[in-house]
Amino acid sequence: MNDTLTTHAAGGHHTTDVAIIGAGPVGLFAVFELGLLNIKTHVIDILNRPGGQCAELYPEKPIYDIPALPVVTGQGLTDALLEQIKPFKAEFHFSQMVESLEKIEGDLVPYASLTPAASGSAEPTRSTTPLWRITTDCGTTLTAKVIVIAAGGGSFTPKKPPIAGIDAFEGTSVFYAVRKMEQFRGRRLVIVGGGDSALDWTLNLAEVASHVTLIHRRDEFRAAPASVEHMRQLAAAGKIDLKFGQVSGLEGADGQLTAIELMDGEKNKSRIACDMLLPFFGLTMKLGPVANFGLNLDQNLIPVNTENFETSTPTIFAIGDINTYPGKLKLILSGFHEAALMSQQAFRICFPDQKLRFQYTTSSTDLQKKLGVK
Amino acid sequence: MQTITVHITDFEGTRHTLAGLEGWRLMEVIRDYGLPIKAECGGACACATCHVYVSPEWFARLIPAHSEETMMLDDAMAVEKNSRLSCQIILSVEMEELEVTLAPNP
Repeated sequence: MNDTLTTHAAGGHHTTDVAIIGAGPVGLFAVFELGLLNIKTHVIDILNRPGGQCAELYPEKPIYDIPALPVVTGQGLTDALLEQIKPFKAEFHFSQMVESLEKIEGDLVPYASLTPAASGSAEPTRSTTPLWRITTDCGTTLTAKVIVIAAGGGSFTPKKPPIAGIDAFEGTSVFYAVRKMEQFRGRRLVIVGGGDSALDWTLNLAEVASHVTLIHRRDEFRAAPASVEHMRQLAAAGKIDLKFGQVSGLEGADGQLTAIELMDGEKNKSRIACDMLLPFFGLTMKLGPVANFGLNLDQNLIPVNTENFETSTPTIFAIGDINTYPGKLKLILSGFHEAALMSQQAFRICFPDQKLRFQYTTSSTDLQKKLGVK
Repeated sequence: MQTITVHITDFEGTRHTLAGLEGWRLMEVIRDYGLPIKAECGGACACATCHVYVSPEWFARLIPAHSEETMMLDDAMAVEKNSRLSCQIILSVEMEELEVTLAPNP
C-alpha cells in the first residue's frame, strides 16, 4: 500500500496549501475532506509509515466503533483510508518530526472576523494571507497557508529510563537511536533491552565498539530467534558480555559517562565501566515541539473552537486526539467530523475569492470527477 | 455488574479508593478516574505504559501474567517482581480491596 504513496526524502523545500502534522487516521481523512475542496496537502509524520497509533500500537487490534464498519483492525482502517484518499495525491514526509513553525508573512485575523466571500463578491476578505513555514528535524521545510495539527497523543519518541541524572548525558553519552555507527567506534558500550532494536544494535555495534555489554532484565528475549542465537554465540565466545538486571545509576561528569550501576533481580548492585549507554525500550507519545508553537495549551491538549476547530492562532487548526473542547471524546469518529468542519474554513483561507459550495459525493459530478468515479 | 473496590497509590504516594466494575480491566478503572496512567495502546498489551506494582499479598493471588504480558513488560521501566500491566488484570469479585501502586511513566 505504501508503495503507491508519494513520499519525499528528507531535506528540500515544498510549498502546499495545507500542511498536516500527523498521518494517523484523522490526518489521513483530512486529506480526503480537503481534497474534495481542491486543497493540496502535504503530510508529515515521525513514524516511517502512515497510520499513527493504529499502525504503531495496535495494527492487529479490532476496533468496533467506526461507523458502518462493525469490526476493523488498526491496519485495516489505515489501509482503507489510504485507498479512499488515493485520488487526492497527498505528498508524505515520513520519519520526520516537525521541529518549528513560524509565520513568514501576512496578518493573523481571528476567525470570527473572517467572513466567507459572499456570492458574486470577488473581494478577498483578507488583505494578506498568512503563510507558515514548517521545519523538520531532518531539515525539510514546507510553506503552507494553513496548518492542521493531527498529532494524536504527540510524537512517538523513545522511552526514557527513569534513572536520576540521565538528562545530563543525553546526546553525548546516552543515545536512544543509532544514526551513525562511526560515533561508537572504539568505545565501551552498554546496550539495554530484549527486543529487535537492542539485539540488532548489539550485533552490529559489536563489530566497531571496543566492548559491548548487553543488559536485559531476564534471560528471555523477544527479538528474532536468529538474532538471539547469534548474540548468545558472541557471548559464549567472550566477544560481548551478557548481563541480567536493570540500570539503576549513572557515573560520570560533564555529559561523559564513565560507568553504569547494574542492579540484578535480587537487588545486588555492580558497576560496569563504559563510555556510552543505549537504552531500547520502545516508543511512547510525548507532545514534543508542538508545545513551542505558541498555541494555547490545556493539559498538553490544544483548545479549539467547535465551529471549525481552529486553535488560538488563526489559520492553525487542531483535530483528533490532540485537541480539546467542551464535551470532547477521544474517538476516531470525532476526529473525522472535526476534519470535515476544519476543511470548510481551510477552503475560505486558501481560496478567499471563491465561493464555498456545499456538495454531496452522491450527486455532485464535480466531486465524483475528483474521486475518479467513472 | 458488581462494584469492586480497588486502592491505587499514585506517584506522590496518595492512596485513591476507586469503585471498579466486574469484568473491567484495572487500567480502564484507573484511567476512568483520571489518574495519571498513559495506557497508550488502550488495552492491547502492546505498549507497557499501564505498568503497576501489585501489593505482594495480592500479586500471588492474581491469575499469573501470560507470556505476552511478560514479554511486553520488557518495554516497561523499573520492573519489579510484582510488576504487572494493569490492562491485563480483569477485575473479578475475588479482587475486592485489590491494592496496587502506579509505576513511573516512561
